[in-house]
Order: sequence, then C-alpha cells, then structure tokens
Amino acid sequence: MGEFSIQELTSILAMQGFAGISLFSVLLLMALGLAIIFGQMGVINMAHGEFMAMGAYTTYLLSVVTQTYFPEFMNYYFLVAIVASFLVAGLFGYITEFVLIRHLYKRPLDTLLATWGLSLIMQQSFRSIFGAREVSPTLPDWLMGSWMPTDTIFIPINGMFVLGLTIVVTLGVYILMFRSTWGLNVRATTQNRVMSGAVGINTKQVDRLTFALGCGIAGIAGAAFTTIASTGPTSGSLYIVDTFMVVVFGGAASLFGTIASAFTIAQAQSILEFFISGSMAKVFTLLALVIILMMRPEGLFSIKVRK
Amino acid sequence: MNFVYERFLGGKSGAIAIGILALLILVVLPLALDLFRLNLVGKYLTYAFAAVSLVLLWGYGGILSLGQGIFFGLGGYAMAMFLKLEASDPESTSIQTTPGIPDFMDWNQLTELPWFWVPFESFTFTLLAILLVPSIFAFIIGYSMFKRRVGGVYFAIITQVIAVILTVLIVGQQGFTGGINGITDLKTLNGWDIREDSSKYILYFINAFLLLGVIMVSKFILTSKFGQLLLAMKDKEDRVRFSGYDVSNFKIFVFCVSAVIAAIGGAMFTLQVGFMSPSFVGIVPSIEMVIFAAVGGRMSLIGVVYGTLLVNAGKTAFSETFPELWLFLMGGLFIAVVMFFPNGLAGIYNKYGPKVKFLRPLFSKSEKAETTTESAKIEADATTEGAK
Repeated sequence: MGEFSIQELTSILAMQGFAGISLFSVLLLMALGLAIIFGQMGVINMAHGEFMAMGAYTTYLLSVVTQTYFPEFMNYYFLVAIVASFLVAGLFGYITEFVLIRHLYKRPLDTLLATWGLSLIMQQSFRSIFGAREVSPTLPDWLMGSWMPTDTIFIPINGMFVLGLTIVVTLGVYILMFRSTWGLNVRATTQNRVMSGAVGINTKQVDRLTFALGCGIAGIAGAAFTTIASTGPTSGSLYIVDTFMVVVFGGAASLFGTIASAFTIAQAQSILEFFISGSMAKVFTLLALVIILMMRPEGLFSIKVRK
Repeated sequence: MNFVYERFLGGKSGAIAIGILALLILVVLPLALDLFRLNLVGKYLTYAFAAVSLVLLWGYGGILSLGQGIFFGLGGYAMAMFLKLEASDPESTSIQTTPGIPDFMDWNQLTELPWFWVPFESFTFTLLAILLVPSIFAFIIGYSMFKRRVGGVYFAIITQVIAVILTVLIVGQQGFTGGINGITDLKTLNGWDIREDSSKYILYFINAFLLLGVIMVSKFILTSKFGQLLLAMKDKEDRVRFSGYDVSNFKIFVFCVSAVIAAIGGAMFTLQVGFMSPSFVGIVPSIEMVIFAAVGGRMSLIGVVYGTLLVNAGKTAFSETFPELWLFLMGGLFIAVVMFFPNGLAGIYNKYGPKVKFLRPLFSKSEKAETTTESAKIEADATTEGAK
C-alpha cells in the first residue's frame, strides 16, 4: 500500500465502504423478502431472484412507457415504479402460492425443486420478452451524479437513495410484522398452525399474503437494483445464493439478524474486493460463512426453539 | 450364489430389472446407435452415477445434497489432471516458455508445476485420489454438519454454497485449474489414445459395466441392515436415535459413499468426453443431477438410469431444435415431477405395471405389496396439504 497517502487511503476506504453499503441495501432488500418466506414460512423459494428481476423489468418497462408517452413525468416515474414493482411481484407471488406452493408445505425439499423449475421458466420468459441482452431504465436526473463531502470522496446519489429506500422498507416490514395485528397472525401461524386456526385465524389466507408480501419486497429490491446495475434474464439467480446465505447466517427468524448479516457480508466482500480479486473475495467471504455456520448452525441471532 | 442373487440383485424382480437395463446399455444401444450417439449415451451414463448416488443419499437417506456436482467435478478433475500431465510432455509442449507443464499454466506465466499437481503424474495415485479425495471432502462436510444435527434444508443450502465456492475458485485460479475453459486437449491414458474410435467403444463398455457394478453395490447396501436403518432414519430420525444408534455416523457414511459414486462418474466423464470444466461442478449441474434422480424415481436405483437417459436425450433433442423451449420444458418437468409424480418413472411403473398383463410376472406378490405401500405412503404425503 506504499503508493497511497493516508488521506487517499481513508477516501478509498470510505468509498469502498459505501460501495459495500449499496450492495448491503440490495442484499438486505432481497433478504427481507426471503426472511419472511423462508424464515417465517419455511418455504425455500429458489425463484426469489426471479421475483427481483421481475421488479427490475417492471421498472424498466415503466421508464420506457414514461419516456415515450409522458416525457414530462420522467422525474417522478421512479417512485411509481417502486410501488408498481411491489404490486406486480406481489401479485405474481400470490398466484404462485395458490397454484404451486400451498401443495408443498409438508415437503420443503420438494418446494426447492419446484421453485427452481419456476425460476427456469421465469428466466426463459424474461429472455423471450425482453431479449437476452441486459437492459437498464433511464434514471431521472435527480438520481444521477454524486455528492462530494471532500475533494477525494465521491458518494453516488443513487447509492444513498437505495440506502434510504432500504431503511424505509425495513422499518415498514418491522412495523407490519411486529406491531400490527396481521403480523401477529403471521407469527402465530408460523409457531402453531393448528392452534392459530382454532382461534379463528384464516391460516391459508395468511400464508398466501405472507408469500405475496415476501415476493413484493423482492420486487422493490428489483426496482432498487436497476439504479446500480443493469438487468438481464439471469440477474436474479446471481444473487440467490448470497441471499440465502444472508438469511441463514443471520438466523432464520430474526429481523435484526438479517440486517446484521447482510451488512457483514456486503462489507466483507466489498472491502476484500479492493485488496484481492473479486472472485477470491467471494470465495473467502462464502468460505468464512460456511465455516461459521458449521460451528454455529442456528446463525448469528436465533430464537431458541425446543426440538 | 443365492446370497448374491438376493442381496446384490434384489431378488427376482430386481434381477430382471438389472438384466433388462444391462441388455439395453450393453447390447441394444451399441448395436442401434452410431459412435457419435453412443458416445453421447456414454456421457449421459456418467451422470447416471450421480443420480444413483442421490438415490442412496436423498431417496433412502432423506438428505438432499445440492452439491453432487462437487464430487462429480473432483473425480473428473483428478482424472483430467493426470491426462493433462501426460499430454504435456516436454516434446509436444516445446514451443512453450516452460516446456513440460500444461499449456494453460504457461499462458498464465507459471514456470513450475504447482505442488498439488505433482502427484498426479502417477496413475495409481490418480485412481486413489478419485476415490479418496471426494470421500475425505464429504467426510469433512458431513462430519461438521451431521454431528451438529444440521440437516434438511440447511444441508441443501450449504452444499450448494460449497459448489459455488468451488466453481468460483476454479474459474478464478486460471493458472492452476485452466479457468472457465477447464482442462482440455486430453490425449492418452498411459499411452493409450482415448480419442480413437475403438477406445471410445471400449470406454463406453467400461463405463456401462462400472455403472451396473455400482448399482449392484448400492443394492447390496440398501438391502443390508444399514439400508433399513437409513429408511427408518428418514422417517423417524429421533426414534432411531433413541434406539441407541448414532444417526450422524450413518449419515456421514452414506454421504461419503454417494460422493465416491459421483466421483467415479466424473472420472469416466473426463475419459469419454475428453475434457473437464467448471460448468460440470456448480449449482446448475448439481440441481440437474437431482432432477435426473427425481424423474427416474428417487427410490429406484434402476429407474434413475432411465430418468437420466430420458432427460438428457430430451435436452439434446430440444436444444438442437428449439433451444428456447427447452428451459420451459425443463422447468415444467421440475414442477410436474414434484407435484404429480413424486416417485418418478419407477413410481408410475410400480403403480401401473401390475395392471398390464404381460408385465405381471415381473412383480412377485410380496414385493408388489411392499412397493405399493411404499409409493402409496409417499403419494399420501404428496397429496396432503396444509397443516404442518
């Protein structure tokens, strides 16, 4: 590191750290949806990445439509796109639960295979509809550029926006899951399905909405994803393994664990990436996670469950 | 003789089923297909090793590994390393900066053979490595997971992550592994040219006999007391544990056996196809191996061979003519198998076979009762929904 001065090194560290925060935001948004689906319901959704891609493509589609028909609204379409991504992915998740998932609750390993099949079909659909090339929406002007606190540090505005969005969504999920009656129903259903049904909770309805909510949040992750990278048919599958690691490492049923683990993984990866090649950074991060999980299978933060 | 008949072949119906399979892959296919197609079938049959390994591990043991590609790859790479060293003798690599090392190392400015390549100059070591490296690797993974009672979904995810790590490592360390292209241009095995037509025939038959051998050994394992315990563990793990058995040891053992079986397939793959690359190690090939097993019938050692042949033949046929359609079909296959045919081809055969007149002699009475209760049980699991 001889060729860098101390000031440059701090700047690099700050920027690399912020790059880590962008990765953290997308990982966390993906993982929040998965933590609900996998952590709460115990369903392994291998198509989760494709739900994210669905959100990203929705955003892209809206940007094209706005640009062609309502160019004067270009500054605002992105906010609409976030909501639309949530609704589209959520609706599709609702249908998926009804057609596929609800038949497989008793066989988690088979859910894994079925959703993998679903992800193949979705990937190919994206390829048929949008083409094999990566696309990116035209971002509104206010998302471009960067903020310079000092001469040598550049913090991209889109990264800060994604971070803000992540905080809002995380808070929303927290309130919904832990401070609302509906969240209480969801948690009750997970803990004891039969008793929940006995006290009058419509458990099937709860399942369907929970799954839809998880997929919808993946859709929001997709909208956020478009601001930092371009979307291709296989974009979602690139993140699925990392996302599962975030959820498992954080402890499946813990919201705080998910946040902490997304932060650790993203920071470890992007700071390591500066010192060694990207592929080795990934190898070391994942290897460390596997070793930690072998020693502590229940993850960082976990609710004690008697088995 | 009777012992062999009962235990390795699995009684009358088992012997007939193995006989039919042997007839198909040893006589019918070699006579009916030209060398190119036969070589393709040979390639598919190497995947069948992985599918057979999943019958032991997943079908009977209830442990889903999404990392069989790891072991398939380890076996394949071990064989490829030996063949590559033989192909890179100083004479044929004299144009390189450093003659005598594999070409991709030379391109990546390596001037010396890395230490872990050196032992692969010996054929005996290579054969041992094909069997031992995967089982040691599986032992480490299995020991650290099963002793802590990690299982089910978590095991599947972690094996998948290990497959990702291995792929990224192989692709990233180009100088040591040949990177994304893998290890190519393999020529001879102890001076015997594996690229000639006659060698391809010989390799095909070696592969077919090995596969039949592996199926019989697996049958032996499954008909032993161990096989019974495996099934018991899958259904009521705690009850087996409370009966005084150390469940984790059985799991580790079956995981190691399945790793070795997959690795043999990988080594045969390298010999027949003539190269090995990371695209046979990662998530996608690993999950495809699971689908071969699922389509064939996760509880049937013979069924998965047909499943593998069928899915791969379909894949080749479709990706030649309608490449877009293939992924839809493959995805649909995953969903259909899981939702409607949890026992795959073997399940369909066992259910409807006895009703077809000319097949009836194949089902002995006691066995019929056994298979129907078994498949009825899984199907009952499949159809009950809702409550956990």
